[in-house]
Amino acid sequence: MFKFGASGLLLLTLALTPPAALAERVFVSNEKDNTISVIDADRLEVIETIRVGRRPRSMAFSNNGEWLFVAVGDDEAIDIIDLETLQVRSRQASGPDPEVIRVDPNRPYIYVSNEDDNIVTVLDYERRSRVARIPVGVEPEGVALSPDGKWLVNTTETSNMAHFIDTETFEVVHNVLVDARPRHAEFTKDGSEVWVSAEIGATVSVIDMEDFRIKQTIDFDVRGVPRETVQAVGVELTSDGRYAFVALGPSNRVAVVDQQSYEVLDYILVGQRVWHLALNGDETRLFTTNGVSGDVTVIDVESRRALKSIPVGRFPWGVVVSP
Amino acid sequence: MMPAGYLQCLRGILWRELLRFVHQRSRFVAALVRPLVWLLVFAAGFRMALGVAMTEPYQTYILYEVYIVPGLVGMIQLFNGMQSSLSMVYDREMGSMRVLLVSPFPRWYLLICKLLAGTGVSIVQVYAFLAIAYAYGIQAPLLGYLYVLPALIVTGLMVGSLGLLLSSFIRQLENFAGVMNFVIFPMFFISSALYPLWRLRESSQIVYQLAALNPFTYAVELIRFALYEQLHGQAALITLSVTAVLLALAILGYNPARGMMTRKTGAGAEA
Repeated sequence: MFKFGASGLLLLTLALTPPAALAERVFVSNEKDNTISVIDADRLEVIETIRVGRRPRSMAFSNNGEWLFVAVGDDEAIDIIDLETLQVRSRQASGPDPEVIRVDPNRPYIYVSNEDDNIVTVLDYERRSRVARIPVGVEPEGVALSPDGKWLVNTTETSNMAHFIDTETFEVVHNVLVDARPRHAEFTKDGSEVWVSAEIGATVSVIDMEDFRIKQTIDFDVRGVPRETVQAVGVELTSDGRYAFVALGPSNRVAVVDQQSYEVLDYILVGQRVWHLALNGDETRLFTTNGVSGDVTVIDVESRRALKSIPVGRFPWGVVVSP
Repeated sequence: MMPAGYLQCLRGILWRELLRFVHQRSRFVAALVRPLVWLLVFAAGFRMALGVAMTEPYQTYILYEVYIVPGLVGMIQLFNGMQSSLSMVYDREMGSMRVLLVSPFPRWYLLICKLLAGTGVSIVQVYAFLAIAYAYGIQAPLLGYLYVLPALIVTGLMVGSLGLLLSSFIRQLENFAGVMNFVIFPMFFISSALYPLWRLRESSQIVYQLAALNPFTYAVELIRFALYEQLHGQAALITLSVTAVLLALAILGYNPARGMMTRKTGAGAEA
């Protein structure tokens, strides 16, 4: 089989594109393969597979843009990948079962949710030391940082709470009860809201950062799909305040939500058990990890259509796009 | 005979077929309603059935209603091809075929003109169906609607040739029910029109093998790939070859010296 003229045109375009424009790479953690798949964001092909520690899940970039941190849960550590060589250069202990990590935009800190310990650990990746251990609810999972770095939000799956932590004092200041099994938290670009997804509740709670109250709860109902398979997990918000994307787990759909009216606009079919999401630099494309089908679906943001699904390793979990 | 004469002959037959089609509005509606019922009712009930698998030429996961569209396009052409054969039988019964056959042009040429006319009509129906499907949300890449045209011509000629061949065997209009039961239904159901071959294989090896031998499967795949801007080489080769063989047999069937016409006329006279 071959593509008609369009593919030739695409190849020509690629050939004429300066190398710097090809730099955008998508990193996908394969939970069961202990690898990170690297996808060329333009060609939409896997270009490299990096071997890392056991059970890689959440990933985050260092502030200098040189390293990629990977939480390797079964090794109780953070593997540090050199983005130049695409190899693990070092490892830092993280405490038990690290699941979600985020990097402080102002300091060389990594925030780690230790699922088995009911703790959020703060690590200094430059000094290779532990800065703090913050007790939170039961089974901490989602971690989000406000754009100004002042607030850290952590969701706890069994306590069904979003904990608001002051990043100066490392103390929990507010707790907000959300729906069952909160998985993920994400701030809007202006930092005025934080969106918290609930897996079993199949909702997203939008929390106002002025008064730490839920100002809106978004429900998801995919026609023709059993209710129990609709599980809200990953959330990604466009910085222009237009769309929110919510991964709906085993319903194999990504919901498109209007960030202003909170109305669900669309459901996009992707691979099986869609888990986490990431937008590319100019926010024209959204990448989804589909755990059970072992692939990444690429969605065109403007047309809200799935373009392609790219096979990666077994049980892809997290996804980040290189800056 | 001058080439201009051939062209005029083709134009005349095309025009007659088109006029007949335009005047039979119910036929146009029926041709659209049939696939639309499949799309909006049957496929809607099964929309999750294929949502969990990726099948070429699709780049990502699709709903069943997206999968079934090329099959329904094939169905439109299949029914149209058979309807053409029905009209040949009707023409023969009504005597209007004589008008065609007394033409000074060679019979094979007249038959090919008739085939092209039928194919043209089926393509009009297909694009009307694709437009409705597009409005319903089943949207292929825009260029795909252009690339599918040659595939539609080949498929139209293939099922048309089959219809022509059958019409040389069918003596009366009443026998058309038999064509429905023994030709259209098996061709449509035992093919990749409704389910991909790998899925048929999961349930029955025999059905899978029959579907893999069914030329209609390759016609549908040719349409499917073309609609998504790809050429399925194997399907194109098989569809073209089958078209050539069926067309040759149909021309032979309508040959007064050797074909079925003589025998049938004789048989008809005896009856």
